[in-house]
Amino acid sequence: MTEHPLSRRDLFRLGLTAGAASLAGACGWQGGPLLPLLRGFSRLNDRVGEKILLSSHRLAPQYPISARTPERLFPAYSLTHPLPQLTDSGAWALEVGGLVRKPQRLTLEMLHALPKVTYTVKHHCVEGWSAIGTWTGVPVSAVAAMVEPTPAAQYLRFDTFDRSYSNGWDLKSAMHPQTILAYAFNDRPLTPAHGAPLRLYSPVKLGYKLTKYLTKMSFTAERPGGYWEDQGYPWLGGV
Amino acid sequence: MTEPPIEDAAEPSQVAPLPTVEPAGPAPMAAAEEVAEPEPAPEPAPVPAASAPRPLVKRHHGIVRITHWANTVLLAGMIMSGLQIYHAFPHFGLRGGPYYVNHWDGRYFPKWARLGGWLAGGLNWHFALAWPFVISGALYFLFLVFSGEWRSLLFRPRDVPRAWQMQLYYLRLRKEHPPQGKHNALQKAAYSFIFVLGVLSVLTGFAIYKPVQLSWLTAAFGGYELARYWHFWAVWIFVAFTLVHVALVFLVDPASLRAMITGWYRGRFPSHD
Repeated sequence: MTEHPLSRRDLFRLGLTAGAASLAGACGWQGGPLLPLLRGFSRLNDRVGEKILLSSHRLAPQYPISARTPERLFPAYSLTHPLPQLTDSGAWALEVGGLVRKPQRLTLEMLHALPKVTYTVKHHCVEGWSAIGTWTGVPVSAVAAMVEPTPAAQYLRFDTFDRSYSNGWDLKSAMHPQTILAYAFNDRPLTPAHGAPLRLYSPVKLGYKLTKYLTKMSFTAERPGGYWEDQGYPWLGGV
Repeated sequence: MTEPPIEDAAEPSQVAPLPTVEPAGPAPMAAAEEVAEPEPAPEPAPVPAASAPRPLVKRHHGIVRITHWANTVLLAGMIMSGLQIYHAFPHFGLRGGPYYVNHWDGRYFPKWARLGGWLAGGLNWHFALAWPFVISGALYFLFLVFSGEWRSLLFRPRDVPRAWQMQLYYLRLRKEHPPQGKHNALQKAAYSFIFVLGVLSVLTGFAIYKPVQLSWLTAAFGGYELARYWHFWAVWIFVAFTLVHVALVFLVDPASLRAMITGWYRGRFPSHD
């Protein structure tokens, strides 16, 4: 057995230097030429999260009302500043359409009349913070039953009146029993800060998936993008 | 191993005596030097047997070397992208506090220490590097199990008194270096511990990645906020380990660096028993 440790060592040094240099060079940016690879991993992680980890039977734990985070400490984000507000809230209605047999236009009164879900759960933000609050609304699955999606429908797209903010969900996540169209926060109607008049809520998703200021909910065959997802946040955003 | 690499024969510095064999009667000067030096200097001792060249032994399998250096780069990437993620919310505990004790509470790490540029970049690096990080760790683990190499690395109860003797030696309370095989008992403790820390950092990572779907795991670490806190602590133990690890390589056994690169070792501790 003949060894060539010198050349091998040189190769190793080169490799180590190149590795360190590429890491150091990459610090400031998101990956440059490696970005497609990183996005590929993100898709792979989505698939693992959606197909293996996500279960519609696994419910997020609920907390006592006493565990609620004080409302002034519960952060709220929006693209529009000052807060997005309807000029005529009486004219608002949620349009539910896309690949469905019976498209609907649901007013707030109609939503209030549907079976409701209330839970006190933990909110996980992609930034790393968490907070506890109570949310009340209609399960997305109940609305889906009303409109009867066609078999081609695989995804849901949510649109808003907060500039271009929109979101895409997979059907399985949307049909999770804790995924709701929320109209109340901590027992009171949503405030403009938290997405009035209607927002999406789920304790099994990161906050950026919980689209506020809803105007439209469409069933689609193609995977919709999303405001943050298009910029690099994980698409599935499940917790 | 049949033939030593050519390069080694050409290096006269490698023909140093074995310092593990203490001179019969150490001079007072030599003893004084020992206090100043971290290790007895490998100066030529008047012991005939010690003038023989150190044997060249094959020390590390290719899998160990590849996973070791892969881990070096991957761990650096994991830590740097992790610090980028920390940047988005530099606290531990539910929003509004009180926040857990943390030297870096409300503080940010410098740009050179972060990877990804912003939160999404950091997340994507972190969740992509996590794959090779886990695969490399699993490969290393499987190699240790199936090759039997774990025997020279796993810290077991019988290593406790040996570790104590090593500690006495490092504290200059014991003169001779205790006999050792491939690794001494303190090394076994360190390498066993760091593997466990690697496993814990992966588990706490999963606990904060999917705190609802893996709620049993998150609960095992005391909940989401605490799991995130432990995950952060693992970083500083890794950093401390690495600093000591690298310092000891150069202070105690520089030949081990080459062994981790080429696989061949010609140093103070040739025994693999």
